[in-house]
Amino acid sequence: MTFFFEVLIGGLLAGVMYSLVALGFVMIFKASGVFNFAQGALVLFAALTFVGFMEKGLPFWVAMAVTLAVMMGSAILIERFVLRPLVNQPPITLFMATIGLSFLLEGLGQGLWGSQVRALDIGIEDLPFDVLGMTFSKFDFFAAGCAALLVGALVLFFNKTRVGLALRAVADDHQAALAVGIPLQFVWAVVWAVAGLVALVAGLLWGSRLGVQFSLSLVALKALPVLILGGFTSIAGAIVGGLIIGASEKLAEVFIGPYFGGAIENWFPYMLALAFLLIRPQGLFGEKIIERV
Amino acid sequence: MLYREAGQFKTSYAKDLAIFPIRQDRWFIALVLIFFGLVVPLIANDYWLKSILIPLLVSSLAAIGLNILTGYAGQLSLGTAGFMAVGAFAAYNFNIRVPELPLIVDFILAGLCAALVGMVFGLPSLRIKGFYLAVATLAAQFFIEWVLTHFGWFTNYSSSGVISAPPMKMFGFAVESAVEKYLLTLGVVLVMALAAKNMVRSSAGRAWMAVRDKDISAEVIGIPLMKTKLTAFGVSSFYCGVAGALWTYCYLGTVEPAAFDLARSFLILFMIIIGGVGSILGSFLGAAFIGLLPIFLNNMAATIGHGTLQADTMANLEHVIFGGLIIFFLIVEPHGLARLWQIAKEKLRLWPFPY
Repeated sequence: MTFFFEVLIGGLLAGVMYSLVALGFVMIFKASGVFNFAQGALVLFAALTFVGFMEKGLPFWVAMAVTLAVMMGSAILIERFVLRPLVNQPPITLFMATIGLSFLLEGLGQGLWGSQVRALDIGIEDLPFDVLGMTFSKFDFFAAGCAALLVGALVLFFNKTRVGLALRAVADDHQAALAVGIPLQFVWAVVWAVAGLVALVAGLLWGSRLGVQFSLSLVALKALPVLILGGFTSIAGAIVGGLIIGASEKLAEVFIGPYFGGAIENWFPYMLALAFLLIRPQGLFGEKIIERV
Repeated sequence: MLYREAGQFKTSYAKDLAIFPIRQDRWFIALVLIFFGLVVPLIANDYWLKSILIPLLVSSLAAIGLNILTGYAGQLSLGTAGFMAVGAFAAYNFNIRVPELPLIVDFILAGLCAALVGMVFGLPSLRIKGFYLAVATLAAQFFIEWVLTHFGWFTNYSSSGVISAPPMKMFGFAVESAVEKYLLTLGVVLVMALAAKNMVRSSAGRAWMAVRDKDISAEVIGIPLMKTKLTAFGVSSFYCGVAGALWTYCYLGTVEPAAFDLARSFLILFMIIIGGVGSILGSFLGAAFIGLLPIFLNNMAATIGHGTLQADTMANLEHVIFGGLIIFFLIVEPHGLARLWQIAKEKLRLWPFPY
């Protein structure tokens, strides 16, 4: 039984990391209706840039600030050169554009900073420690704390600030938002910058866990079932979805996996999400779309 | 002037229904066919046939498959390579387990297997659409790859998980040399492309397009959604399955499930975006473009960089250029190269006397 809980809590903590990536998706989807496939590439790009600056000898916080500036710069560029020309195109076109964007960012990041695997040390040691006879990783708890902090800040930002309200207005209806005088371009740049910030945090945490390398951008694919479970439009959904995916994936791998020759982690979340879609297509917390077809 | 249909009258129903109603089009197609069917096998060397033309034709076939699903029926799929893998492994298994079957029957059965799997994974499309569906097809991609890697039966218990295509025989002739393989591929691709071209202008194709444009309106005018979406998934996966079988038999020879990974699905998606979504010709143009661009880049780098550029730099550069091109095409010409071709034809109608 102890072992079961150990696996469960380990999975939940890993799920927090998925939620972090999913958050970036949700934010961009909420604000601009774009399903941003490039979020994973953003994570990789942020982590690579950060490690690159660290290797140049910049101290931790300076590197952080510079990377943040780079992410904001790219947000503005993305808004100007990808999103603005594609206004009013069908969502599927925008989706494909972000696939292109993800290739661009992956190539650019690796081209600039090199594609070898690099270790990233953010000063938190991955030590095991015991609670009630169960062993957990200290790093996982730190990651969960970071995620909680970030989510709290985002919720405040979305609900209490002027820009946050503008973001939500744009999410509801582009034209109505324009009509009441909300600058669409500015809002999009802001939301991509915030997504860049989330990507940076996710990149740092994942990067110090797995090493900064190409597979970081694949982690983002794991965020897709999280989104489906939680719904595309809900921050709470991203968190809960992440926890469910993380926990169920680890439990399935440990308890069901051996019967099928292992490695079912790779597809289990997708199948879970798929089964879930058939029952509740809008996800746990998504907005219900009423359509009779 | 060059491309003008003046004086060509459609005097019978058969002429009205012809695929290429204009004489210049027929000549052009005939010339292309003669070139690729007769001239190329005579002049091309093994390198060109084996490493460029065969993969190019096979990817065109897969692109046609994806185009039927995404371009005509409007259902986005990221599982193309998964369905190709089903076709490849099905063909292999039919071939070694039932050796009496002729190869062409193996290919057809492989396509049917892929179609079946495609329809199963297409079932969610009845309830979900758009991005959700994309994720569902992603599930297909990962699941198929896992099944083929983890169950030895599919690879005939080969220890490395790699399958090698047995020697091919077609109607009593051994298909061994590059030229023979090329001709086999060309034949299969031509027949299937012609079938696709006809399918999309038949009632099935029109139903797909109606569903793509607006599913609610399609249902209102009496198009059964379930049947239409499932046939789209089935036909599309059939094409991908045959493409996968050809990929194994005519191109690679030995293949492992990892050869059909997500990256390949994306490449095929890029082919149809650049070539033209909803166009059979576009599938060929896109496959040619995506297939030839890396070779072109490599040659460029070799001439300009004098070998100073390293392989991974090239790979990254390729990524950047692919990504940039995708965005560029989506912004500037969402209908892809096929649309450019159409524009060129319209210009040629009047050229060189535009007034």
